[in-house]
Amino acid sequence: MTSKRILNPRDWSSQPRQSHPDYKSTLLRSQQRSLVPLAQSLSELTAPVFGHGDVTREDADLTRNAIRDGEAIGERIIVAGRVLDEGGRAVPNALIEVWQANAAGRYVHSQDQHDAPLDPNFLGAGRVLTDSAGRYRFTTVRPGAYPWRNHPNAWRPAHIHFSVFGTAFIQRLVTQMYFPGDPLLPLDPIFNATADADARQRLVAEFSTDLTKPEWALGFKFDIVLRGPQATPLEP
Amino acid sequence: MPSQTPSQTVGPFFSHALTPSGKGYASVVDSQLADESTPGTLIRIEGQVLDGSGEAVSDALIEVWQTRHDGTYPDGTDAFRGLGRASTSADGRFWFQTVKPGALSGNGAPHINVVVFARGMLNHAFTRIYFSDEQDANSEDAVLTSVDPARRPSLIASLRDRPGLPVYDFEICLQGVRETVFFDA
Repeated sequence: MTSKRILNPRDWSSQPRQSHPDYKSTLLRSQQRSLVPLAQSLSELTAPVFGHGDVTREDADLTRNAIRDGEAIGERIIVAGRVLDEGGRAVPNALIEVWQANAAGRYVHSQDQHDAPLDPNFLGAGRVLTDSAGRYRFTTVRPGAYPWRNHPNAWRPAHIHFSVFGTAFIQRLVTQMYFPGDPLLPLDPIFNATADADARQRLVAEFSTDLTKPEWALGFKFDIVLRGPQATPLEP
Repeated sequence: MPSQTPSQTVGPFFSHALTPSGKGYASVVDSQLADESTPGTLIRIEGQVLDGSGEAVSDALIEVWQTRHDGTYPDGTDAFRGLGRASTSADGRFWFQTVKPGALSGNGAPHINVVVFARGMLNHAFTRIYFSDEQDANSEDAVLTSVDPARRPSLIASLRDRPGLPVYDFEICLQGVRETVFFDA
């Protein structure tokens, strides 16, 4: 059918549960029927191609890509890492889109009613393409924690949302990056929907002195691993 | 070897990054994949996303990936990119304007690949849109015929009986007795 290599299935020991009652919104939105098996064809193994026409340099600097009258307010940080597959191979030209709350814990979104200030110079949206070695880097401010109504006195740990396209449509991934040492992590039902502690740890960035820029910004390393080719060829 | 990064929900606040049209930030991709200049038959897909109680889901994100009209996947060399993205409105509705895809050579019926994200979904869900006016091809499609016949209609968009631009209706039910078929792709 195709010469493309078959990809590993989603690793359900790493991926979150479908229904996770501690996260209330899953109750009416999680799938209850079994997923139907699907043989991988070109429909699954091809993906849209992105190029440098899709992103600008400014897109990768959230402290400056929405400036009106000054720089975004907050603790400036650099987030960088690589997009890899499970085989350890770099994923080049992967489109990464990120979004986040501002330093006060408030999103620009009209539905966010948290009583915290908006920053007129911060949109909280950016995008970047990985290079030939799968590397990406962007500059932003550290997002604030914010309350939500999932349970009494519930607060989301500080996080940055990531959306990633690989080279196959079924490598698509949307996830969240968290910060090391955040005391809210053990309390967060979304983070803890992934049962496996090692897998959860892959959602937490590492502080990096190498990425930290003197007199400028702290650096955090966050690698993203997409589904990779099956180790054993399926040919008879 | 590294292990997969877990998925996390897209949450409710993605629109200023992922579907920012009209919000002062350029979109990489939106729900209009094609126009009159695109080779093929221009069509419109209109749909609604519902939760397990039949309520509209007002903060879902739908992405589509499809072939050109000739059944080949875009490779970045032409204006038609084959990728679309829409967020649902307050009443759970979404639309795409595209060209009708061709069938992959020797391989079943024309279809559009779909991935659904929403607040409350910890993992995204893959489904497909087939077309009600492709009955012969649908009846021989290996994927469609692998699905329980009782659930098969959830994968078939129905062509509206009206003149002009063909419009296909496609409902996505996240949960419940009418739950859409989602694939372990």
